[in-house]
Amino acid sequence: MKKILTCAVLILAMSASAFGAAFKLGGTAPLTGGAAIYGMSARNGAQIAVDEINAMGGDIQFELRYEDDTHDAEKAVNAYNALKDWGMQISLSSVTSKPAEATAAENFSDRIFALTPSASSAAVTEGKDNVFQMCFVDPNQGTASAQYIASKGLAKKVAVIWKNDDVYSKGVRDTFVEKAPEVGLEIVSETTFADGNDTDFSVQLTEAKEKGAELVFLPMYYQPASLILAQAQAMGYAPKWFGIDGMDGILTMEGFDKSLAEGVMLLTPFNADAKDEKTAKFVAEYQKRHGEVPNQFAADGYDCVYAFCQALTLAKATPDMDAETLCAKMVEQFTTMTFNGVTGENVKWSANGEVSKDPKGMVIQNGAYVGLD
Amino acid sequence: MIFLNYFISGISLGSIYAIIALGYTMVYGIAKMLNFAHGDVIMVGGYVCFYAVSRYGLNPFLGVAIAMLVCTLLGIIVERLAYKPLRQAPSLAVLITAIGMSYFLQNTALLLWSSNPKVFPSVIGRGAFKLFDGKLSVSHVTVLTIATCLVIMVILSLFISKTRLGKAMRACSEDKGAAQLMGINVNATISMTFAIGSGLAAIAGALLCSAYPTLMPTTGSLPGIKAFTAAVFGGIGSVPGAFLGGLMLGVIEIFAKAYISSQLSDAVVFAVLIVVLLVKPAGLLGRAIQEKV
Amino acid sequence: MTMKRLINLKRAEARKIYLTYAVVIVAYVVCQIMSSTKFFSSSMRGMLVPICAYMVMAVSLNLVVGILGELSLGHAGFMSVGAFAGVTSAILMQGVITNAPVRLALAMIIAAVFAAVAGFLIGIPVLRLKGDYLAIVTLAFGEIIKSILNNFYLGVDSQGLHFSMLSDTTRLLKGGRLIIRGPMGISGIQKISTFPAGFILLMIALMIVFNLVNSRSGRAFMAIRDDRIAAESIGLDITKYKMMAFVMSAAIAGAAGALFAMNYSTVVANKFDFNTSILILVFVVLGGQGNMLGSIIAAAVLTILPEKLREFSEYRMLLYAIVLIVMMLATNNAEIRSFLASLNPFRRKEEA
Repeated sequence: MKKILTCAVLILAMSASAFGAAFKLGGTAPLTGGAAIYGMSARNGAQIAVDEINAMGGDIQFELRYEDDTHDAEKAVNAYNALKDWGMQISLSSVTSKPAEATAAENFSDRIFALTPSASSAAVTEGKDNVFQMCFVDPNQGTASAQYIASKGLAKKVAVIWKNDDVYSKGVRDTFVEKAPEVGLEIVSETTFADGNDTDFSVQLTEAKEKGAELVFLPMYYQPASLILAQAQAMGYAPKWFGIDGMDGILTMEGFDKSLAEGVMLLTPFNADAKDEKTAKFVAEYQKRHGEVPNQFAADGYDCVYAFCQALTLAKATPDMDAETLCAKMVEQFTTMTFNGVTGENVKWSANGEVSKDPKGMVIQNGAYVGLD
Repeated sequence: MIFLNYFISGISLGSIYAIIALGYTMVYGIAKMLNFAHGDVIMVGGYVCFYAVSRYGLNPFLGVAIAMLVCTLLGIIVERLAYKPLRQAPSLAVLITAIGMSYFLQNTALLLWSSNPKVFPSVIGRGAFKLFDGKLSVSHVTVLTIATCLVIMVILSLFISKTRLGKAMRACSEDKGAAQLMGINVNATISMTFAIGSGLAAIAGALLCSAYPTLMPTTGSLPGIKAFTAAVFGGIGSVPGAFLGGLMLGVIEIFAKAYISSQLSDAVVFAVLIVVLLVKPAGLLGRAIQEKV
Repeated sequence: MTMKRLINLKRAEARKIYLTYAVVIVAYVVCQIMSSTKFFSSSMRGMLVPICAYMVMAVSLNLVVGILGELSLGHAGFMSVGAFAGVTSAILMQGVITNAPVRLALAMIIAAVFAAVAGFLIGIPVLRLKGDYLAIVTLAFGEIIKSILNNFYLGVDSQGLHFSMLSDTTRLLKGGRLIIRGPMGISGIQKISTFPAGFILLMIALMIVFNLVNSRSGRAFMAIRDDRIAAESIGLDITKYKMMAFVMSAAIAGAAGALFAMNYSTVVANKFDFNTSILILVFVVLGGQGNMLGSIIAAAVLTILPEKLREFSEYRMLLYAIVLIVMMLATNNAEIRSFLASLNPFRRKEEA
């Protein structure tokens, strides 16, 4: 019942802001199905930013609308079209990679500017001047991870477990495996899993153990990672663990035994435990609304809206401009401005839409993130 | 030794498939219906158990009991609302309704319990029996799952062959019309089958989540399909067949991952299934169907 | 059966066929006119091609389920073979054939051929089985196709085509292009599918199926469906006829897959999973087994429905599930059935 009430309140709030002049901001995300966790988080993060900005009462006001794409390219295009019918002026693209690839093509041909919170595949921005990313692009994560492991001397022999039907996992794995020999890492074992056989990891772990891997690289989301950690502990295998941004969120899983993740290292742009004012405010608000600690998807969604706010202010844009005019202005701003958000300081974008920010190396100690550097 | 370790992993995974397959096979055997919503009833069982144990701090076994109660009720309601009106309809119509029910349960779970994965508290802890100086380990959950499977199998077999209701079930499975003429209430018998099948699903849910402890609204659907495959593998409708099929499917999956390719393990599993069905068209322990001319 | 009744039956059958064509053509013309005006939303416009593809899939599966009477749970597998073969051939032809509609047509034909070959290979073991066992084996093949495509790499360079399994070992020369990239599928597809192309494909699929059904083979199919043993006893080569229907159905599904895939900039094997197979089966069952018009309408309704439920946000898919169940219950309810039948304008003549 509480949920229905909040929904009603939200709808009322939305229709209320429709009376004033506001920029219509739309995005697609998996709000149902197996990937709903990522879509919900990104949407919730974006909503908080929109409410904060609207409450400040400045010149920039937003009206946010998210449509469900069920993590499917076809449905994402449908959702995108529904947003277009609604009058979307600027777009938050899609939350996951494959849907974003499909909607980005539409963004490009319709000249609607897009900034995706978390679709990290390189193909999303490739060849499109008006599609930008808030998150690291997958290939960079793979390279950065390999370099990081090598430069800190964490291990020589590395095992990789990746998800064989997932664009994100595959994208990171490809560059990691390519970069590893260059920086002196030896990949001793490489195993996969996929939807439908993502419960039992005994084979993958046994192989890594037998081949003497000192470190296991896990380019995947935290849900399978949590199973891997539990099963490794059960079989008495304790290598170093290294994850990427998808690992973030593991500590906030309800009922998760945090001791399992002790010593896990990950590269992530966002740290919910960071002490700076911005992060603290965001985390507190998110917890108040949803009873959970926000993950990096939420943080990326939050940052996207603030980045838009900054770019629109700089461009002196007004809500009566049409999508195409705004698109040209946004492209100009995003390639020149510097943005400070909860997922990074001094964030810049290149002309091809890729973000440059420093990934933070984190290690989990006593159930919390601690910076590695 | 690694071979043995893989074998044990296969058995652990297989025992989970087996316990899910028992529910599938029982409902199919009697109602002649592929209940695709079975996997989602398992998920509901998992959530009920999770809330009972994690949120309200109940004893895990009490949690399972509550989950059984809830799932049995759920099974009865689902059957009454969605399947019973279709008793006379073609079997495909029932199949599609079951799929609709599966979507319904998944989306209700999503709204009720959110999409955030929850880590399930194991029913009996994460311990393991160590053999050969710890070179081999068999987790307690695996032992419990197999034991539960065996107990359920024995009880089900006894129930079906000895009790009045069980005999009625068998009669319905053989020939609904004749059973009706013999004074058996076919409708009530089939409803009863669903109730029992759903109760079993709750146990399966608790064990599935104890072995692989993350719980999401989609938790039941893919293991459900695998377990269905296992049931067919063993000969759908046959209770020992489901057990055997489940174990074998688990072992084949793990061996395929270990010795062929982790990338193609699913393809290998399904290829083996196809070969088995070509050699034994009614599954390993299934009864060959007599054709009526 | 008197001769007169036979002729009437044939007439009723013919009327049904003409009605199907007429409805499809009128719907096409209306949509075309609408889409040139402002009244058609982007949302509707964006769905025209996928709806056509799903309609063709429904017709294709109805041939197996409705006419042949065998349950297939892996039909999306053929769609994916067609999608990947079609998109790949369209990419390869990009430099040679500049006319997009011609390229699309050729791609769809190639897709149909590849899917037909897959259908034939799969048909050999599958058609030896019966009932639910046949269904589970088709499911298994659908999963195998998905798994293989998720591990398949295909690239092209000046030396020709290169492919590899499991990991990308194609070692393309400079300037080469990796077309199929395992789990990442195909990216950067030129969107050349159009609504008229979808309409033409649907008409062709209908013509093929209707001609097949009303031929000697078609009567054989239905004889097999209604009484396999009797059909066998009068000397019908059951396997041959079953294979014919199965391969034809696979080919149509392949063409639909190509049409579908080239409407988006990207395609992955996971799109064509068990859920998609089931979705198409739902079209067939809801529309009526053997009833082509019904399954076409069901395909349109069930594709548009989730979009129209968007205003309910989180409750959308829940409502979809409820509507699906209610529709199944309603269409199988004797009273509602007879009411629906009374609406049929041709009913009286059939009874006469």
